[in-house]
Amino acid sequence: MASAALLAITPHRIGAYVTFWLLLLLLAGCGGGESNVVTGNRDGVLHYGNGAEPQGLDPHVVTGVPENHIIRALFEGLAVKNPITLEPEPGVAERWEFSDEGRVITFHLNPDAKWSNGDQVTAGDYVWSWNRALHPMTGNEYSYMLFPVVNAEAYLKGQITDFSEVGVKALDDTTLEVTLNAPTPYFIQLMDHYSTFAVHPETLLQFGEMTDRYTPWTRVANIVSNGAFKLTEWSLNRRIIVEKSDLYWDRDNVSLNKVVFYPTENVVSEERMFRAEQLHYTQVAPLDKIPAYREMPDSPYVQAPYLGTYYYLINTQRPPVDDVRVRKALSMAVDRDKLVRTVLQETAVPAYSITPPDTLGYYPPKLFDYDPEQARALLAEAGYPNGEGWPGIEILYNTQEAHRKIAVAIQQMWKSELGIDVTISNQEWKVYLDAVSQIDFQVARRGWIGDYVDANNFLDMFITGGGNNNTHFADPVYDDLILYKAPKAATREERYALFTEAETMLMEQMPIIPLYTYTSKHLIHPSVEGMYANLMDSLNLKYVKLIPGRSLPEELR
Amino acid sequence: MLRFILMRVLQALPVIFVVITATFFLVRSAPGGPFDQEKVVIPEVKKALEAQYRLDLPLHEQYFAYLGDLAQGDLGPSFKYPGRSVNEILFSGLPVTAELGLYALMIALIIGVTAGVVASLRPNTAQDYVPMSLAMIGICMPSFLLGPLLVLVFGIWLDWLPITGWGDIPGDKILPALTLGSAYAAYIARLSRAGMLEILSQDYIRTARAKGLPEWRVVTQHALRGGLIPVIAFLGPAFAGLLAGSFVVETIFQIPGLGRFYVQAAFNRDYTMILGTTVFLSSLIVFFNLVSDIIAAWLNPRLRHQLSGGGS
Repeated sequence: MASAALLAITPHRIGAYVTFWLLLLLLAGCGGGESNVVTGNRDGVLHYGNGAEPQGLDPHVVTGVPENHIIRALFEGLAVKNPITLEPEPGVAERWEFSDEGRVITFHLNPDAKWSNGDQVTAGDYVWSWNRALHPMTGNEYSYMLFPVVNAEAYLKGQITDFSEVGVKALDDTTLEVTLNAPTPYFIQLMDHYSTFAVHPETLLQFGEMTDRYTPWTRVANIVSNGAFKLTEWSLNRRIIVEKSDLYWDRDNVSLNKVVFYPTENVVSEERMFRAEQLHYTQVAPLDKIPAYREMPDSPYVQAPYLGTYYYLINTQRPPVDDVRVRKALSMAVDRDKLVRTVLQETAVPAYSITPPDTLGYYPPKLFDYDPEQARALLAEAGYPNGEGWPGIEILYNTQEAHRKIAVAIQQMWKSELGIDVTISNQEWKVYLDAVSQIDFQVARRGWIGDYVDANNFLDMFITGGGNNNTHFADPVYDDLILYKAPKAATREERYALFTEAETMLMEQMPIIPLYTYTSKHLIHPSVEGMYANLMDSLNLKYVKLIPGRSLPEELR
Repeated sequence: MLRFILMRVLQALPVIFVVITATFFLVRSAPGGPFDQEKVVIPEVKKALEAQYRLDLPLHEQYFAYLGDLAQGDLGPSFKYPGRSVNEILFSGLPVTAELGLYALMIALIIGVTAGVVASLRPNTAQDYVPMSLAMIGICMPSFLLGPLLVLVFGIWLDWLPITGWGDIPGDKILPALTLGSAYAAYIARLSRAGMLEILSQDYIRTARAKGLPEWRVVTQHALRGGLIPVIAFLGPAFAGLLAGSFVVETIFQIPGLGRFYVQAAFNRDYTMILGTTVFLSSLIVFFNLVSDIIAAWLNPRLRHQLSGGGS
């Protein structure tokens, strides 16, 4: 009986019925409309391609670049970077002064600096937040940003447990005194890094302990922040919307009303969204389309050197690259100009040192050049004339088409210039990371993006036993230069001379083969003003303005 | 019928348990962990992180702790997205992916069944070859090629439809659904053609024709029900496959669904997320297989008779 009743609704009738309604739903309101850019320009809404869904928005927990963009819209540090010069300018602190030969910094907080719930941002908030950022239980991967502060490292490592021994004190509500281990010229810059930002203690404590990593305090309904914008929507993997804050101290200079961040993971889709005027700004540009974009008059493509170096690590303990002559030969046999011109489509700058040029006025020395003659001579000296007796070598890279292309090009250059056999091998990202940290390779691809604009951030990687050294390179003279001499230098010139000395030592031992300096590559709609190209690819949304009535070049319409 | 369903559910449970166990230990045996990054993590920090996520316990204790949480429906916190639980991420993406899958399936059915039936009516003529060749192309064409092609034509050249988003701009659901559905449309076309060909040669169809029914009534009233049984049997696994396989389409069209999390969890070594998505999707596959078995049984008079107590 039951089955007879079921049969009364015949299968294809259900099908037709459901299909009809679903199609109706699918087609609902089909038709064009104004693009995001047109409406955005009218209402002051910036549509921003942000590259990926952020891990989260807790400044002491997350680590990535997409996170940085959103967090720096929501929060503000003691000092911010000028988007043109990258020199520090006032943020929460309206001024600061140095004493005790630069070892003590006194920050004077702006009394108008407010949290988005109306509370004043106090020096005490900073002491609490830095305690959180440095507490061993928090697990803040960027805690080392605060290591220049007295006892900060010892506190993180659990060697001391009393935070009052750490060199940060609230003298009153608006005066914060920070004591450093040694004069640290780049310390003010670090105040614009989110790991040193203050969070609102009462809000966090409402949802858990100080050191908890995963409470819901950053959700739209809960978050309290102190930046130019406040969070109004967070739809996972869809978009994040921030709105201008009425309580921000410098609100009169904020032009945008809203910013919409999109998790544009797919580079090609992002470029299409840009062409369809759904985005004002893209995080990157697809490599194969860059030449076409370059040729356009009034091109929306903007490229600038970026504070990052692409290089090959060498395991200095594994033959045949344990011989410095072999390492030098390999480095000299790479035609970086050709690599940049062909494989990289001119989207990079050839590099002959680990530090990128013009890092806050520091220019690294160029100590060698593409020189196949000398490379062959060095290789012969090391016992492999014309590649005879060469035991073979392997280049390791993480699985990605771009890295493969570069490895193939280098393999080819080494083969044709030096007559040696080279194999290339790829590993999945985490497997590769494991191999690099265990130094289980001969030659491995590596990239380093600076956390702050200072040569120290590149050069201190190669101190003995440094966590990011990964080459077995160890030299006490080098360590002395980086750890003791440079921080004590009286002037910028003196300091940069010491860096030049360190850089020279590094290239004489050649534990790494620098290949190129990165560039930032964005598509920016002509209606956007105030996005300045700089070495940090650092954008302060407070300075961005939208001018209606401007459209993309003809070629893209 | 009830006993049949009960038996199938009981068979499904050990399958899911094996999936959980195998995934748990396989994932852990992969090199690298959730907190390994390009910039090395300070050992003290890494230890604190591992303690916060129970990774400092022996592996078997972690396993039992996980099973305990799972029994209470808790899939744990995500490693990659601190502040979000796996449950929350799954349930934020699921409705979107399910909606996309449903539309794709509808499109696949409409195009596939029509093409299959049309082809089966005149086998080995142009009416057969044209839709079946198109179906072959549909099967061969990967969605990472078809998607951008559709976008280029309908989104950029003709400017008829939005090219990304989901529910933001009217009409933005059409291209993704079409892209995802087309490969399945091709399979369905081939299945329905084969099913129809078999049925159309049966005696009862000859009888229907002999009594003078017009051809369209023969097809819609007599042949279709039997001819589509292979299609119905395919629908369950197909829908589960659509849910699990929408990653590419979701990436191309910027859709906030489940697929992206499913794939990226593996790259990120987001242990709880890998387990959560795998357990969830394998349960779905088992469930849909069950449903399609039941529907197929209900559609097939012989099997139905057997199950409702007549036979065995």
